[in-house]
Amino acid sequence: MNLVGLYTLFYKEVLRFGKVLLQTLIAPVITAMLYLVVFGHVFEGRVQAFPGVSYTVFLIPGLMMMSVIQNAFANSSSSLIQSKVTGNILFMMLTPLSHFEFFLAYVLASVVRGVLVGIGVFLVALVFTEIPVKHPGFILLFMFLSSATLGTVGVMAGVWAEKFDQLAGFQNFIILPLSFLSGVFYSIHSLPEFWQTLSHFNPFFYMIDGFRYGFFGIADIAPARSLGIVTLFLVVLTGITLALLKSGYKLRD
Amino acid sequence: MPAISISGLNKHYARVHALDNINLAVERGEFFGLLGPNGAGKSTLINILAGLTRLDSGRVNVLGHDVVTDYRRTRRLLGVVPQELTYDPFFNVHEVLRIQSGYFGLHKNDTWIDELMAALMLTDKASANMRALSGGMKRRVMIAQALVHRPEVVVLDEPTAGVDVELRKSLWDFIRRLHREGHTIVLTTHYLEEAEALCDRIAILNLGKLVALDSKKSLMAHGIGRTRRVCITTEQPLGPLPENLAPKVRRQEGNQLELQLDKSADSVIAVLDVLRAHGAVIIDLNMEGADLEDVFVELTRRNRA
Repeated sequence: MNLVGLYTLFYKEVLRFGKVLLQTLIAPVITAMLYLVVFGHVFEGRVQAFPGVSYTVFLIPGLMMMSVIQNAFANSSSSLIQSKVTGNILFMMLTPLSHFEFFLAYVLASVVRGVLVGIGVFLVALVFTEIPVKHPGFILLFMFLSSATLGTVGVMAGVWAEKFDQLAGFQNFIILPLSFLSGVFYSIHSLPEFWQTLSHFNPFFYMIDGFRYGFFGIADIAPARSLGIVTLFLVVLTGITLALLKSGYKLRD
Repeated sequence: MPAISISGLNKHYARVHALDNINLAVERGEFFGLLGPNGAGKSTLINILAGLTRLDSGRVNVLGHDVVTDYRRTRRLLGVVPQELTYDPFFNVHEVLRIQSGYFGLHKNDTWIDELMAALMLTDKASANMRALSGGMKRRVMIAQALVHRPEVVVLDEPTAGVDVELRKSLWDFIRRLHREGHTIVLTTHYLEEAEALCDRIAILNLGKLVALDSKKSLMAHGIGRTRRVCITTEQPLGPLPENLAPKVRRQEGNQLELQLDKSADSVIAVLDVLRAHGAVIIDLNMEGADLEDVFVELTRRNRA
């Protein structure tokens, strides 16, 4: 294992998003806050998703996880597509880094960005309201698993895409709708039965539901089930992405 | 043990046979030239060596290690300067070199990085973002990136393509210095002049096939690069030429005449005298050394004979 190589690529990826913090950290926190202010103002007192939990407080973990999901995906996918389009990915391909080290470095950097954005949303939300934290271990675990999963999806999308347009399609037609329709803004119990059933096919639903359990000790489904499904999802995607990287798909012709 | 050994190498892209049963060896400490026109397969060969492209069949070794099964070791032994000018716009020169060094597992490499920057005249640009550098500077950073892990074998893929005369000369000096310091150098180029000036031994690729592999001296002795091309423009279109000039004509169109002359046997002045005696009024004259096209003409002629 080339540990120094792995650490260097991880460090480079963190340094990369660190150089554009306004775009990679501050902007997503502000966007989440705008959702909180607008939706909180409109629905506060009108909707009660969980008993004893105000709508604004209910919304915060959902917004945190949505930000984690979107930013973890954006980190690995946009870095890879930029390296491919500018051609500088060549300098990584010429080194003794293995496909596994390459994968791990990109995913871990995505985890760092996802977790930082999630914590950023939480800290700013604390200015507006108090937020209960029932099971901090669950919160951290779901934040890690979810950002790692989306970092993995980002690697996959970044390797597949040949131009920015394709990546934007992936983000706007898959990641964004799935994260919006995963229960960020509502409990799925408030949906008609058909949509409730359909929500169970959305992997992001389990990420948000398990994460919310960490805060309130209440969830739409059993948290162990969410944990199992999210872990399984991560394992399967990791397997597929590693196989893609090992085959040299779109990277080594 | 050769620095690079290639045996039975084949690579196809769809229907194109990009490399057709290539066999060659580059000895340690050699300055080796890989020549060929665009599309000859030079970059494909380099890319297979570097692990950027997968081979279909055959074996490629660097200092005895297989580039497929033992890629970690071969990539540590190889320093490759890619042809395309590419850079990471997020970082400055020093960051780029430290990061590149880290990929090779080298943690504390600052002394060598500083030496490299000094040798390539990059020291005062260490903190400059890559975007802010001129094309020549970017190319020098690419060379530093290829050398950051002190590879024994250095491969330069058309390092002087599209660079100005001054930079070309300083790059030649730097590559010669690397060779003097004991590096094996493999240089691809489509300039015959460049291969002539630098390389000990030359392989010529055309359409994926190895058409010549010999020492520079031997290739020259066999006529490769011994000719020059002379383009003449006359006031009026020329009619049929005298018999003694006819075998030297490569092209004749209107008032344009292109001749291929032997550098030692044919005198340009004598040729001009013959044309003048024939009634031609010469208004322009252009002379060039033999280019690759001439070499292929010569090689094909020889292969037929």
